[in-house]
Amino acid sequence: MRRVTLLPLWLTYAFLYTPVVVLVVMSFNRSDSPYEWSGFSTAWYATLARDDEVLRGLANTLIVAAGATALSTVLGTLLAVGLARHAGRSRLLPALSVLPAVLPDIVLAIGLLAFYSLVSATLGLHSVLLAHTVFGLAFVTAVVRTRIAHVDPSLEEASRDLGAGEVTTFLRITLPTLAPGIVAGALLTFTLSLDEFVIAFFTAGPKDPTLPIVIYSMIRFGVTPEINALATLLLAVSFTVVIAAQRVSRLTEAL
Amino acid sequence: MRARLVLLGPGLSYLAVLLLLPLALLIGYTVFRRGRFGGIAYEDGTTGENFARITDPLYTGVLTDSLRIAAVTTLLALLLGYPAAYAISRLPGRWRTVALVLVVLPFWTNFLIRTYAWIVLLSSRGVVNSALTGIGVIDRPLKLLYTEPAVVLGLLYAYLPLMVLPLYSAIERVDPRLLEASADLGARPARTFWSVTLPHTLPGVLTGCVFVFVPSLGNFVVPELLGGGHTVMVGNLIRDQFLTARDWPFGSVLALALMAFLVLLLMAQAWAGRRLGGR
Amino acid sequence: MAATAAVLALLLPACGGDGQPGGSGPAASASLDPEADLREQRLTVSNWDGYMPKDLPARFKSAVGTPMTVARHSTNEEIVAKLTASADSGIDVAFVSGQYAQALAAQGLLEPIHHDLVPHLKNLDPLAARLAHDKGNVYSVPYTWGTTGLCYRKDLVGRTPDSWNDLLKPSAAVKGRATMLKTERWLFLPAQKALGYSVNTTDEQQLSRIKELLLSAKDGLLAYDDTTFGDRLTSGEAALAEAWDGWCPTDDKRIGFVVPKEGSDLWTDTMVILKSSKNKEAAHAFIDYVLDPKTHSWVASNIFYKVPNTAAMAELDPALLKRYPALAMPPGQLLKGESVVDLGDAATAYTRIVTEVTAG
Repeated sequence: MRRVTLLPLWLTYAFLYTPVVVLVVMSFNRSDSPYEWSGFSTAWYATLARDDEVLRGLANTLIVAAGATALSTVLGTLLAVGLARHAGRSRLLPALSVLPAVLPDIVLAIGLLAFYSLVSATLGLHSVLLAHTVFGLAFVTAVVRTRIAHVDPSLEEASRDLGAGEVTTFLRITLPTLAPGIVAGALLTFTLSLDEFVIAFFTAGPKDPTLPIVIYSMIRFGVTPEINALATLLLAVSFTVVIAAQRVSRLTEAL
Repeated sequence: MRARLVLLGPGLSYLAVLLLLPLALLIGYTVFRRGRFGGIAYEDGTTGENFARITDPLYTGVLTDSLRIAAVTTLLALLLGYPAAYAISRLPGRWRTVALVLVVLPFWTNFLIRTYAWIVLLSSRGVVNSALTGIGVIDRPLKLLYTEPAVVLGLLYAYLPLMVLPLYSAIERVDPRLLEASADLGARPARTFWSVTLPHTLPGVLTGCVFVFVPSLGNFVVPELLGGGHTVMVGNLIRDQFLTARDWPFGSVLALALMAFLVLLLMAQAWAGRRLGGR
Repeated sequence: MAATAAVLALLLPACGGDGQPGGSGPAASASLDPEADLREQRLTVSNWDGYMPKDLPARFKSAVGTPMTVARHSTNEEIVAKLTASADSGIDVAFVSGQYAQALAAQGLLEPIHHDLVPHLKNLDPLAARLAHDKGNVYSVPYTWGTTGLCYRKDLVGRTPDSWNDLLKPSAAVKGRATMLKTERWLFLPAQKALGYSVNTTDEQQLSRIKELLLSAKDGLLAYDDTTFGDRLTSGEAALAEAWDGWCPTDDKRIGFVVPKEGSDLWTDTMVILKSSKNKEAAHAFIDYVLDPKTHSWVASNIFYKVPNTAAMAELDPALLKRYPALAMPPGQLLKGESVVDLGDAATAYTRIVTEVTAG
């Protein structure tokens, strides 16, 4: 095969990683300036570990992401199977199921705020959780539907021919064959929910900010290396998860 | 029948209550007047004023600015992302996954922090200005932050991976036998690219462009943090109507305008996709 | 269907209970129990980041016995939007500027202050009970007050500023290195005062002149900035900033603060109790605790804003007053500033001009 120039790729990486490298390096800066290097220190990590607001935000974010993922996975899987079996040739229902994924987040955010306000709902973690489930549901449905398209329907037929009931067939045949799609959809929802800011900003209760909301107010109040330390930790977690996921997928391939 | 209800019922009713109803509310709000302290003053009756207001040059100006900024961002993402995706697709098999993961990885830190990184880089005492003054290219710091190019850069940085991924999967799917045939018939690589690779990857290009354009258009965080309040996009306008001006009806009109535009865009994409797929 | 029912159940815990519809006006409030056991209540207070001492909750708990959580908000708009949008925000006490307290009260969202539960109200400066946004402290209790002026780097501005025009029509030394406040009422202020108008003006002609002036001033600005102008001045990125007095870092010898000769505003940040609060006795105890001269002077010496509490101001360390001259400004001089009040429907006109200015 002909050699292709890799220069554009290197340029892309330079563009993507320069800010990341600067963030990480400056997180170890001694002074409180994120601009000028003044010696190595891990003090900002200690500051971060003592910052209740950040820790609470992190806990809130994990609760919301876990709850939204669980709810989205159940609703989305059922919906995907339902659309495949019962939607017939309707194009409206599938379109409805992907709508939240293509809708600009600000539109969904103000729509939900208006709705919550109309029904005099209490804003809190639950209101973010329910809001995140709207787009999570769409992503799970989309991923699981793709999986269904690649699955042989004769397995389910065979199960029913052998006398298994609807529920048994669903639990023992349908779910296991769809499992990779369901897991992928759940992971996607979890990741998106962790990072989601706009919808949470509008629908979170004032006393339960998620981590992105806390970060937003930190940035608004100035540029400090504590944010860099937080960024570095988040990056480290992502790296670990990605590498672990690679290992796991290689292992399963090998098996 | 019961199975149908159990499978479709929960998801569809969830979407009906928490998606369709909120959108219907926004549509309904557009014909009412604002409440004095936010919300809607139903008792004041209906009005067409909110729609009339959006034709005001002030707001059409913000809309066209937003479209321009999102379009420039998308174009730059394509110009940077296509060669990168192409290069990845030509890597040996096991390196491709690594290269792709490296493109997506920065995407997994927090979106706000990725934007914040550019404040550190671009500010007048930031890394870029220090480096430039350090090597003597300039003697006074340049104003990089709080400009429209800074906003474009921030959006590009935020959404570039969304361009590279669909492009890569489109390029990778091009049948290598087509390329060989083209080469065998004596076409130069450049010609093969323009007449074989590019046309076959146009659906991927369209998808990538939509993936970058849509979130860029509605974004309000990047203009706020990197635009320093100088650059206003339609997302900022909507946010301000709901938070500052307490004018929900007009905010709803703006949100609908944004949605109407995106629906047109998606329809155009679907249409173009069908045309391209048909040949 | 079950999912929908569950959703609604989750959303509407207050229904059937004591859920009060918003906007019902300042109806008679439930009577409070002065003997309530405060240790049984839990308090959630929303305040600006860094606007009260970090260990205030701990001190309050050891003094009164009520555990207290702090929520942060970045802007008045943000917290007011949240308080307006939900029936029960979970917030007991919110810190908002006077004109926002006025708007919240008009919507019937605030619990009237039970003066008998706040004996330390007597420490308030008498002038602070007569402010235009809430005469007689019916719904709000002043926490801090101050004015808006120019915060500048003595070594970078060339000539010492004394007029709003130094910001709006900057000299060559300041051009591109000035910041203006972003919250709309304060974004308007320099132009309003430079033209000799009221900070609460709703006159169309005046508003259009203000807009012209703000538009022409935009070129000279580095950014609109509410939160980080102090850092920018310290670092030298900015030379001149429109600033609230307490946030001008005059402990840095290179930095000075001046109230321009055309005059300025008198703003008040207040504490309000939400009608939806289920811990109203503790909320009153909190406000009373803050107004205790010992607490309030400790607050002032932590956040460097003036507090409208005569006894507390008297306790401040003279060395501190020297480092932060704005703290020493006497109430009489402060009261020359014009009180900022809520504009109701005219808010639309202000937002529109802000959009025209920032997008233009």
